Amino acid sequence: MTDKSALLNQLTKIVIDGLIEEAEGATKEALAQGLEPLAIVENGLVPGIEEAGARFARGDYFLPELVASAEAMQTAMAVLDPLLRAKQEARKTLGHVLLGTVEGDIHTIGKNIVGALLQAAGFVVTDLGPNVAVGTFVAKARELKPDIVGMSALLTTTMVKQQQTIEALSREGLRGGLKVMVGGAPVTEEWARKIGADAFAEDAVAAVAAAKRLVGA
Amino acid sequence: MSKFDLAKVPLVGPLSRAQVQQVHDAALKVLAETGVFIDSTTALDLLAAHGAAVDPERRIARLPEGLVEKAVRAAPEQFHLHDAEGKPAELVGGDAVHFDPGSCAVRVLDDDGVTARDSMTADLDKVVRLTDALPHLGTQSTAIVCHDAPNEIADTYRLYVILRASKKPIVTGAFSVQGLHDMKEVLAAAAGGERALAEKPRAVFDVCPSPPLKFANLAAHNIIDGARAGLPIEFVSMPMPGAASPATIAGSVVQHTAETLAGVVIAECAQEGAKVVWGGAPVVFDMRHGTTPMSAAEATMIGMASAQMGKYYGLPTHTYAALSDSKLVDAQAGAETALSGLLAAMAGINIISGAGLIDFVNTISLAKLVIDNDICGQIYRVLRGIEVTPETLAVDVIHEAGPGGHFLSLTHTRRWYRREVDLPSAAFDRRDRRGWQEAGGLDTYAQARAIAHDILAKHPGTPPTPGVMAEIDRAMRDVAARHKVDGKLPLGPS
Repeated sequence: MTDKSALLNQLTKIVIDGLIEEAEGATKEALAQGLEPLAIVENGLVPGIEEAGARFARGDYFLPELVASAEAMQTAMAVLDPLLRAKQEARKTLGHVLLGTVEGDIHTIGKNIVGALLQAAGFVVTDLGPNVAVGTFVAKARELKPDIVGMSALLTTTMVKQQQTIEALSREGLRGGLKVMVGGAPVTEEWARKIGADAFAEDAVAAVAAAKRLVGA
Repeated sequence: MSKFDLAKVPLVGPLSRAQVQQVHDAALKVLAETGVFIDSTTALDLLAAHGAAVDPERRIARLPEGLVEKAVRAAPEQFHLHDAEGKPAELVGGDAVHFDPGSCAVRVLDDDGVTARDSMTADLDKVVRLTDALPHLGTQSTAIVCHDAPNEIADTYRLYVILRASKKPIVTGAFSVQGLHDMKEVLAAAAGGERALAEKPRAVFDVCPSPPLKFANLAAHNIIDGARAGLPIEFVSMPMPGAASPATIAGSVVQHTAETLAGVVIAECAQEGAKVVWGGAPVVFDMRHGTTPMSAAEATMIGMASAQMGKYYGLPTHTYAALSDSKLVDAQAGAETALSGLLAAMAGINIISGAGLIDFVNTISLAKLVIDNDICGQIYRVLRGIEVTPETLAVDVIHEAGPGGHFLSLTHTRRWYRREVDLPSAAFDRRDRRGWQEAGGLDTYAQARAIAHDILAKHPGTPPTPGVMAEIDRAMRDVAARHKVDGKLPLGPS
């Protein structure tokens, strides 16, 4: 028992301290010692990411610390997700967010920060990366059934892809089953309304608040 | 020609000459070992043919030192930008300093000084006409996105708005591969033909690598096409310390150097002797807010250091400075604009982009253009220095006035006072307290706004001759037709 709680505490610390290289090994060690995947998530990793989020909100952690914590957690989850799926267990989360930067646009930093903050807040995030075609957003939405699709565009010339993706989701009968959030420097409240998005956020902190509203948290 | 010349590195700058050498060596290592990602088979093939080690699947080109050196030596040390009449207007090189409004904003600060609304073509027309009238802004830029212009021709149309109202040279950039060709056509129409344009360039084209070390398809093709068409290409590398470049200032300068050298290599391989400008738009990355302040001291330092590298390579230089991250035209805006602008000018940077912008690069303000023109005027006065001659040492004048004497009515005073002291506009208020109160007790913003309105009411811009305007209109119509744009364009041509 003491061994097991020590292992859980170690995982919590690995997440808080953003020790990305140690996350995989410690997770496998915990499994080897007989800890259940769901328990590892909920009693080891989640307390860590919640603490990281609290420190960021307080202004003790800035983005580098928060992103490192999120990456440490992601590394651990990469080991645990297949096991949870096999057991048909799901961790308690606020929801699943599918993120991407639109086609023709290779800017990613804002989206990455949103992803890290969403994870810290308790969402599961699948990040499709930059330059995501309309068709890819649609296919992944169909496959993964996320609660929210979040699209980032940093150029006035690529913003229109956000509109096209929303239209494609409607055409494919997927629009009703999810919420859409948009962001990026040239994106405005007005644009979001015009293209029928459910939410717009001006920065990553507002994005988390908007996402929570969208899932009714 | 002064290439790889440490003696050419200005001493006003954060890097010592030894450090310049270290940055150079580090950048070469990055290019030779890490390489750059280029999303263009044309560009990759071009570089391979010139000796780069290209991995076509990963789309990475590693550039050997010899290739980099050859390209730097091939690029001209300086060139002129010309005005609408084909006269050389600005020397882009040496330590000559020219200011232009920054680009590109997506919003305009309304008269109330607080509301930022979407920018439209009519706003760009005002920016152009105001810049045309302001003496210390020698260069125009396609400063804002015109939300009411058709998307397909948005880049060309912004250029058209300048060409119809100003004769000053231009800093611009294309939004697409075809856009560069369209814009060249319109510029050629204004210049009297493609050859005339190539011989007497009017505009530089900004091309931005994406940090770290990536050239998008658009960027690669703009460089190649622009170089072959004789359009000067201005590289605008944007390191973001801790986010898209190393968290250290030195590491960010290395990355800027590597990216810009790669751009020079692409340009010179496409067309040996292509005119290029060693430019940049450095920022810091705010780790609290995830924003990109361009006017932080460290950003200015990266710009100055990058320009030292450019001068070491014997190339014309550029940076973003003389702008502000403030959301208002306030103390922060004044401080950041003046601090960064002066430092960039003293570093001898040839094109300094930024005037008129606040809120990072998001918002343009007409009143701020007036204020920034004054700041630039004060900067130019500093650069002009102190004239020391027997007449200015004025020993005989001092003798004439004698101990306890007066200088006000002396001929010497009448001859010199206007030359010696730059007079900013009323926006830099130098009235005494009562005079200021009687004139309305206005703050800087209100004064500058009034001046902007006044200038715009009186200054219609400097349009080309009717014959040239007709040519420009024809070319613009051709571009619109090519992209199947129907419907009215906001400022014509019909």
